[in-house]
Amino acid sequence: MLQIHQLHKSYAIGDSSLHVLKGIDLEVEEGEMVAIMGSSGSGKSTLLNIIGMLDEADSGDYVLDGLPIKNLTEKKAAVYRNKFLGFIFQSFNLINYKNALENVALPLYYQGMKRRERQEKALFHLEKVGLANWAKHLPKELSGGQKQRVAIARALAANPKLLLADEPTGALDTKTSYDIMAFIQQLNDEGKTILMVTHEEDIANMCKRIVRLRDGVIMEDTKVQQVRAEQYV
Amino acid sequence: MLRFLLDRDTWQEVFDSLSKNKLRSILTMVGVWWGILLLIGLLGSARGLENSFNRLFGSFATNSVFVWGQSTGKPFKGFQEGRRVKLSLSDAKKVEENVEGIEFVLPRSQQRKNITRNFLSGSFQTAGDYPLLDELQKKKLIHGRFINQNDIDDRKKVAVISESTYEQLFEKDEEAIGQYIEIDNINFKVVGMFENGNVNMGPSTDVHIPFTTFQQVYNRGDRIGWMMITGKPEFNIKQIEEDAKLLLKNINNIHPQDKRAFGSFNLGKEFAKLTGFLIGMQFLTWFVGIATLIAGVFAIGNILLITVKERTKEIGLRRALGATPFEIKRQIVVEAVFLTLIAGLFGIITGGWILIALDHFFGQGDDAAIVNASVSIAVVLIAMVILVILGTLIGLIPAFKATSVKPIEALREE
Repeated sequence: MLQIHQLHKSYAIGDSSLHVLKGIDLEVEEGEMVAIMGSSGSGKSTLLNIIGMLDEADSGDYVLDGLPIKNLTEKKAAVYRNKFLGFIFQSFNLINYKNALENVALPLYYQGMKRRERQEKALFHLEKVGLANWAKHLPKELSGGQKQRVAIARALAANPKLLLADEPTGALDTKTSYDIMAFIQQLNDEGKTILMVTHEEDIANMCKRIVRLRDGVIMEDTKVQQVRAEQYV
Repeated sequence: MLRFLLDRDTWQEVFDSLSKNKLRSILTMVGVWWGILLLIGLLGSARGLENSFNRLFGSFATNSVFVWGQSTGKPFKGFQEGRRVKLSLSDAKKVEENVEGIEFVLPRSQQRKNITRNFLSGSFQTAGDYPLLDELQKKKLIHGRFINQNDIDDRKKVAVISESTYEQLFEKDEEAIGQYIEIDNINFKVVGMFENGNVNMGPSTDVHIPFTTFQQVYNRGDRIGWMMITGKPEFNIKQIEEDAKLLLKNINNIHPQDKRAFGSFNLGKEFAKLTGFLIGMQFLTWFVGIATLIAGVFAIGNILLITVKERTKEIGLRRALGATPFEIKRQIVVEAVFLTLIAGLFGIITGGWILIALDHFFGQGDDAAIVNASVSIAVVLIAMVILVILGTLIGLIPAFKATSVKPIEALREE
C-alpha cells in the first residue's frame, strides 16, 4: 500500500537548516491502522504531510499504491490528493460558511461530480457518521465531536485508499475522543487503511501498530493488541 | 470555461463566499461604484453643459466676424491720417464676391432712435436688416414674423420689436401686432415681436425695420453701419477677416498696414476659446473619472488581497481536498470580476439617477444651465469592459498570492 525509503527532509531557518527527517523507512500494508507517535519536533507531522503530498521530501522514495510520488506538479498532486487521500485535522478545518452537507461534498466538487449526485453521496456519508439530521447546520452550530465527524465524513466522501489523521482527538475531551476513535476503528474494520499522528498513549493503543519517532528517525515500530474504544463509550 | 461559467456550483461558491462576508464585499464594491458613479456623473454634466452652450450659440452663425469703419491711422495716397472710414453696400458686395470661403455678407445699419406710441416713449436701438439676419442670429419670435423679402423690395414701414421694447411702449396685455409705433415721427406697423436673447453677439437691437426702408428714411444712401461676414464651416474665420480687411483697405485707399481703419469683432475666435474650454473640461472629466475608477479597482484588489490572507487556511484546505491551483485562481478571479461588474452596474444605474436628478433640478426650461445631461451607451459599455479587464487583472494578484503558499503552510496558520 505504502512504501517509504530513506526519506529526508530539512527546513531552512534563516541561514541554518533544520534536519527534520533523517532517513525514514516505513511500509504500511492495506488495512493497517498505524499510530505515529513522538514528542513535538520529532518530525511526525512533517512525515504525515509528506505522505499526504502536502509537502515534498528532499530525497528518498515514496510509493503510494504502486505509484511513485515524486516531482509532482501542483495540479497532479491535487488530483492524487483528491483521489487517494482523505484528511482529518486536529482543528477540523471545516469551511465556516458552508453547512455540514456542503463541507462533505467539497472533495466531490473538485472531482467534478454533478451536483445532485454529489449531494446524495455526501448525505450518505453524513448518515454513516450519524449526522444526517444536521446536514443543513453550519459548523458553528455543531459540537466539537460533531464537527470532527463531519470532517471524517468529508475525508471519506471521495472514497480514498488512505485516511490520514493529524491528532484527530487533539481538540476533544476524553469521552468524545473515544467516540471518534470507535468510529475510526469501525472504518478500519471495514478495510480502510488509516495513518494517524497522536501523542496520546491511550489513543495510540487503539491502533494496531505504533511507530515511534525521535529526532527524525524511527526508534520503534511495534504491532500492538488493539484496545477497542467501544468499551469506554 | 463556458461550462464553468454556466455552472450553478460556480456561482454558488462565489455567492457563498461573498455573501458570508457581507461587510467586506460591500466595502469592496463601494470603491468601484463610486468611481463609475463619478465618471458617469461628470461626463453627463459635461455633456449637459456643452449642450446648453450649443443651444445658447446654436442660433448664431458662430463662424462670423463683424467689421465696421473707424478712422485711418496712417496717411496714404495723399489722404491724411484721421479720415473717417465709411463702409458702403458696394464694399459688402465686393467682399462677398472676392474673398475666399465666404458664405454670406450681411450689411446692417443701426441708430438709436426715439420711439413713441400714444403717451409712451423711449429711446431704442433701431436697425435696418435683411431677412437673412434671422438665419444667422435666430430670433425667437413670440408673435408675428420677421422682416421678409417683400418688406425689403417695397421698402415697407414695418417693425419687429423686442419684448422689452413692447413692455415700454405698450400697456400690459395689449395686442402689439398690427399697431403702429412712431420712429422719429414716422409711423411703422408692428409685424412681429421677439424674445430678448440671453447672449448678444455684437450690439443688441431693440427694433428691426427693413434695411431698404432704413437707408431711405434716414438718408443713408449707400452707407452701411457694419457688415457681418459669415465664413463657410471649413474655412478659418481669422483668415477671412484678414482677407476681407485687406480688400476693404484696397478699395477705400487705406494703408495696408493701417490697424485703426477697421474695427472688428471675431465671433469665431471668441467661440473657439469657449469650445477649447469645453474640450478641456471634457478631458478633465475623463481624467478624473478614469483615475477614480482605477483607484476603485485598486481598492478591490487591496481588499481581495487582505481577504486572501484571511482565507489562507480555507484555500489550503481546499487544496488538500483536491482543488488545483488553477481552480483556486479561477475562483478568486471570478469573485473579483463579479464584484466589479455588480458594483459597476450599480454605479451606472445610480449615475443615471444623478443625471435624472440634474436634469430635474437644472435642466428644465429654456435657459437651463445643463441641457440633456447624458452619457452615450458606447461610453458606458467601454467603461464596463475596462472595468471587467481591470477586475480580472486585479483579481489575478491575490489569486497568485493565494496559490504561491504551500497548502501545508496555509493549514498550519492558526
